[in-house]
Order: sequence, then structure tokens, then C-alpha cells
Amino acid sequence: MSPVRLGGDSRFVVVVGCGRLGSYIADTLSRQGHSVVVVDRHAAAFSELSGEFSGFFVEGDATEVAVLRQAKLDKADALIAATEDDAVNMLVAQVGSSHFKVKKVLARVFDRNREDLCSRLGIETVCPSDVVGDIFLSALTGPREGS
Amino acid sequence: MAGLKIMLAGQGSQLYFLARAFQAKGHLVTIVCKDAGECAWLSRRLKALVVCGDASLPRLLGEAGAAEMDVVLAATPRDADNLLICQSAAHQFGVKRTLALVNDPELEPVMRELGVDGGFSMTQVLSGLIERRVESAAVLNLIPLGQGEVNLTEVQLDTASPAAGRTLVELGLPEDSLIACVFRNGRPLVPRGGTELLAGDKLVVMTLPGNYARVLRLLTGERR
Repeated sequence: MSPVRLGGDSRFVVVVGCGRLGSYIADTLSRQGHSVVVVDRHAAAFSELSGEFSGFFVEGDATEVAVLRQAKLDKADALIAATEDDAVNMLVAQVGSSHFKVKKVLARVFDRNREDLCSRLGIETVCPSDVVGDIFLSALTGPREGS
Repeated sequence: MAGLKIMLAGQGSQLYFLARAFQAKGHLVTIVCKDAGECAWLSRRLKALVVCGDASLPRLLGEAGAAEMDVVLAATPRDADNLLICQSAAHQFGVKRTLALVNDPELEPVMRELGVDGGFSMTQVLSGLIERRVESAAVLNLIPLGQGEVNLTEVQLDTASPAAGRTLVELGLPEDSLIACVFRNGRPLVPRGGTELLAGDKLVVMTLPGNYARVLRLLTGERR
């Protein structure tokens, strides 16, 4: 197996926002052996991470370019913008792909009304209510399908 | 150019003065502001259409008439909201000119990469639009302090500057103005009355709105 990350599986991922979602993603990636940097405005948020988390923290506002640079976003294989704020996630995602040339960028966007703009801007989004809604709907309709 | 339809999104006295300046020039102003109390205050004082709500929401931008605007200026305190408002106005409502206030100066070129051509730092907009002063190459930076009662300005002297080669005493600056610091060859010095100013000096100048123009004219020779 190739020791470099191109051929191997280990990736460098920057996760912005260390709430329930961000910490979950960061923890999981870290456990799987990936390098992870987590960015959050509040240092207290990093306590959400498990004791096994072996990545790095950067305390700062991710809408500040210098903070993203400090998180070494220019070296990242992937960026996940998972703060509680759609506007922040959209800005971070765009700065990540356009300025820091990150190949894989994902943004959490709560408000479905913003999806049209995101697709026009080429931002790949995950809308929590859509995802969860689909799970609920399929759980409701799945077993009874055809009846 | 008069009679433009301009939308201003933001809050604070800055928004009010921007709106007033635009109206004075004969433009049609629509204001979008989050704060209900401030909206009431603004609509009492301005002839503008005032819409209360979050301009970063596409539906609200639509209701406020974004599609008919010639210019949208996003001046909220948050860079992320300002980018979003401009992008929404441009991409979803076809607004030709969008301007965003940027707090982080590093975001200015990034915003340009993202298609928002008018990213302005607070200081430029304040000096250019509110105070309605002509931009000048000699004025590097303008920072309003307090409610704008005091300005700190960075001024670069060149060989054409009337102040070059003169002492502060000879210069005769008006009362209530001060050259607080001189950067010469990258080193700061605090000038006294007998200090001679030289071409290439960078001055930090404190002025009041009433004497700003006179001080700048004495230093750079430019009329404003």
C-alpha cells in the first residue's frame, strides 16, 4: 500500500463548528485514523469531543480568513462547514473551495429556501431537515408500501 | 447619476446616514433592517421604504423588491450575511451591482473571487459615502472614533505636498487638530512644533469633522 495519503485512506479534514454535528463528524473521522482540525469560536465547544479525539483545535471565527489559514485549510483534502449558522457555513464553504482550493467541501444549510442559491453557487449542501424528514417518511411509508 | 433604486441592508446610525446621503443625491432608497424598533425610527426620519426582517433570507429580499434594484448594499455587521445578501441579490434577483461591507480586509479580494465586485472596507465607505469626500491616494486610512466626532487619518506626504519641508509651527494647523505621530523610514516619532515634515513621511492625523477638509488640504494640497 502506498504510504502517502493520495493512494492511502488517511485524509486531512477541517471541520468548522464543534456542536453536536461537528464534534460527531470530527470524532468519527479521528477514530478512523484521519487527521482532523476542528474550528470553533468558543473553546468550551471542544469539550464536546471524545477523549479519544487525536486531532487539533483552532479557536476562532471561521469567517476570518486568518483563522481558516491557521487551521491549515490550504492543506486540507476536505472541509465540512457544520456551524449552526447557514450564512457562516456558506461563506466558509465558498472561501474553502475558491480561495483555499479544497477539493471536497460540504456545508450544512438548515433553511431549504437557500438551496436554490447554493446550487447556483456550486456549494454542496446537506439540509438536516430534508435528510431526517426522508428517514421519517420512509420509516412511515416503507413497511406499508403497496397496502 | 440620479434616480437609482438602492437597497440598503444593515443597521445602526451608519445605515441611516448612508440612506440620507443617497436620498440627498436623488436616489430611491429601500432599507432592510432586522430590528423592529430601529425600523420604526428609520421610517419616521426617512422617506425611504423600510422593510423589517433578515435580508439574508431570499424570500424577504424578494418581498423588499430586490428584483427592481439597481444597487444592493449589504452593510450588516457580519461578513457572512453581507456576502449572502449580495450573492442572493445577484444570482436570484438579477441585481447588476452589489456592494458588501467587509470587516475582515482579507475577505475583500476573496469576495471579488466569489463574484461580489464591490467589497468595501468600512473605512472606505464611511469616508466616501457618508462624509462624501473624494477619495485620495494620499489618504491611506480613515478611522472614525466615537460617533464619528473624531477622525484618525493616515496621510502619506510626497514631494508635491505643501507640508513637506515645513515645521508644524510653520504649517499652522487649525485648532482641535493634531499630528499625533510621524512614521519616517518605518520608525514612529512623536512630533513637536519644531519638527520638520518630509516627503515620504506617513502621518497619523487626528481631526474633527469640521476641520478635516482644511487639515487635509494643508497636508496634501488637494481640494476636497
